[in-house]
Amino acid sequence: MALRTAVAAFALALSFVGIADAAPRTDLRIGLVLEPPALDPTAGAAAAIDEVVYQNVFEGLTRIDETGAVQPALASSWDVSADGLSYTFHLVEGATFHDGTTFDADDVVFTYGRITAADSVNAQKALYAGIDSVTAVNANTVEIKLKGPDGLFLFNVGRGDAVIVAPESAANNANTPIGTGPFKFVNWQKGADLTLEQYAGYWGTKPALTKVTYVFINDAAARVNALLAGSIDGINNTDASTLPVFKADPRFKVVVGSTEGETLLVQNNAKAPFSDLKVRQAIAHSLDRAEIIAGASSGYGTPIGSHFPPHSKDYVDLTGTYPYDLDAARKLLAEADYPDGFSATLKLPPVPYATVGGQIVASQLAKVGIKLTQVNLDWNQWLTDVFTNKDYDLTIISHVEPFDIGIYADPNYYFGYNDPDFQAIMKQLNETTDEAARKELLIAAQKRLAEQAVNGYLFELAQTGVWSAKLEGMWQNAPVEGVVLSGIHWTE
Amino acid sequence: MIRFALTKFLGLAATLLVAAAITFAALDILPGDPARFILGINATPDAVAALREQLGLDAPALQRFFGWIGGMFVGDFGLSYTQGQPVGQLIAGRLGVTIPLTVIAMILSAGIGLPIGILAARRRGSFADAGLMVLAQLGVAIPNFWFGMLLVLLFSVTLRWLPPGGFVPWGENPFAAFASLILPSIALALPQAAILARVMRTALVDVQGSDYIRTARAKGLTLSEAVWKHGVRNAMLPVLTILGLQFAYLVAGTVIVENVFYLPGLGRLIFDAISARDLILVRSSVIILVLAVIGTMFLTDLAYAWVDPRLRSRKAE
Repeated sequence: MALRTAVAAFALALSFVGIADAAPRTDLRIGLVLEPPALDPTAGAAAAIDEVVYQNVFEGLTRIDETGAVQPALASSWDVSADGLSYTFHLVEGATFHDGTTFDADDVVFTYGRITAADSVNAQKALYAGIDSVTAVNANTVEIKLKGPDGLFLFNVGRGDAVIVAPESAANNANTPIGTGPFKFVNWQKGADLTLEQYAGYWGTKPALTKVTYVFINDAAARVNALLAGSIDGINNTDASTLPVFKADPRFKVVVGSTEGETLLVQNNAKAPFSDLKVRQAIAHSLDRAEIIAGASSGYGTPIGSHFPPHSKDYVDLTGTYPYDLDAARKLLAEADYPDGFSATLKLPPVPYATVGGQIVASQLAKVGIKLTQVNLDWNQWLTDVFTNKDYDLTIISHVEPFDIGIYADPNYYFGYNDPDFQAIMKQLNETTDEAARKELLIAAQKRLAEQAVNGYLFELAQTGVWSAKLEGMWQNAPVEGVVLSGIHWTE
Repeated sequence: MIRFALTKFLGLAATLLVAAAITFAALDILPGDPARFILGINATPDAVAALREQLGLDAPALQRFFGWIGGMFVGDFGLSYTQGQPVGQLIAGRLGVTIPLTVIAMILSAGIGLPIGILAARRRGSFADAGLMVLAQLGVAIPNFWFGMLLVLLFSVTLRWLPPGGFVPWGENPFAAFASLILPSIALALPQAAILARVMRTALVDVQGSDYIRTARAKGLTLSEAVWKHGVRNAMLPVLTILGLQFAYLVAGTVIVENVFYLPGLGRLIFDAISARDLILVRSSVIILVLAVIGTMFLTDLAYAWVDPRLRSRKAE
């Protein structure tokens, strides 16, 4: 029996793999680390949802491009009133949902009504709380009125959380997503893979790819093997530690870019001793960012000095605010009445940059007498203990939301940071739409956070993708969560 | 016999109920809010509260426990928190991978382990015996996920004979579906084959020294004939016990092997569900597995009692 099985296996194996590619391919197999729990981006925060559907299956009124700029999508243009309170969107004509129903102003009204409803389960509901009313002026025009000016409104409209859904199909989007995008959902073999195909009735430019399969592989070694064996053509973001294998192999190209993920040593500002500015400054002086990046992220990542991504046009380099200086750190600790340091716990979520980074941070802080006990948590424990109950001293986490500097203005946020000066800057920023004035305010905000040493600012998380060398058009940076397929094509 | 079966059956039911209670309690104690997990760290508290209510998480624990047990009696396993689909449907969709995987691994482990055990016993003390037992020891020691990776490196990356993982549904291409299960089932079967080989060898060596083999030889059979006709059949009794127990180990092994080979099976479903705190999905999947394992043991017990009359009579007294 065993022998027969082996012979059969061999024969099968030969028939299974003998497919050679000659003409330029139009299909693509992408590896994803996590499988999305469901496919409705307006009812869940999982990045995997956006990686599959954002700009592929679903589109918003606007979209975010590779540089993080806002571009027209289902709205071909828009007018903003002088007071910044009224946005009039002119919708594209001829767009249809994948089930054949027409896209019009009513779908927009329905979508935003669903996001702002009392029983809404939108993960970013707070971003759209400033919407006062959404009205269909006619079939192709929508007017959105805001309660107050919002400098980020057009960006938020372009996020995965605000993609346009139809009243006919919205309830089933979790398992059979129906959008207006260039790709339509075909099949989801749960636990294994998910297939999209080009939508023939797409209103815009047709993509080069006709069929895209996402393969879900959560084991790092299995991902490497799948790439090497050619069973997937690329991975958008994979462990930096595995990159040397692919750099040396001409069949692959490694695409390194930036994300919106500020990796922080978060300090519980509401709790002693971290409520003491001198203690926070001492910690900032004790952190050697280069060593942390080398160890926690295999050398990929850009040092940051505040809570802002280095690729942004409004970024200012503040890594020199509290340079690595152990003597300065010890002096500050002594001034804060901790001449021999103190003990604290470091609660870590289950991601390599945190578990490995935690060890490095602990050894660095030990040099000035701060003794850390590391506690490894799973995601749910982290969300409950650290994020919700604020029962922690220190943690390491990457904040991956774009334009999220505003979280520091919320005194109830788990940072426990209550600073009226910073809150004033943010309030003014929200009410400012002039680009130059916004830039000035954003720089002031970054400086305030750096000087206050609210958190230990470590590095901006890198996006490290591995793709077949014959593929072009992938996004290098990740200004929003997603794997946008429309530009990807095979060169041969 | 009927009384014996009935007693065993009642034991099975009691075990299931206890397992259900333990599973429920253990998962309920686990920290973590599924609603917060689904919506992430930027969600407002009222959005999280709205989702908790939708998922029925705000009901008291006892009410949820009996609701769950009661539902299972009528085949309703509840709705998955994260996927919004009936749990029964999600589990059923995974059986097409896990059942064939377990069965193939079971056949492989017996097909490899038993002949090696017999061979080693027959050549007891020889080089072949020593060599085979060293191999078996290695087989027990090597973790199945690591062995699986070695198989992938050789057969998928280097030779490119078999896929490195993933699964093609049976309905789409049965040959490709089978091909995707070859490496995982070998990885799953190896440690079990090694254990079987050692048990088989020991059992057979014991039997060879027994009186009835000596009697059979005295009646004029050669040692080989005596061992084959009388020895192997008797030695199979302890081996059968191990085979029954192995089923539980194979099922547990699928959790790891299905992750390494990214197969859409029940083991991976449970693994992902635990990470996402999809408690209702974890609970129901675990109960299905418990049912499968103790069901197998129930059948093994019955088969035993049927084969070995001593067991029956002792129970009947």
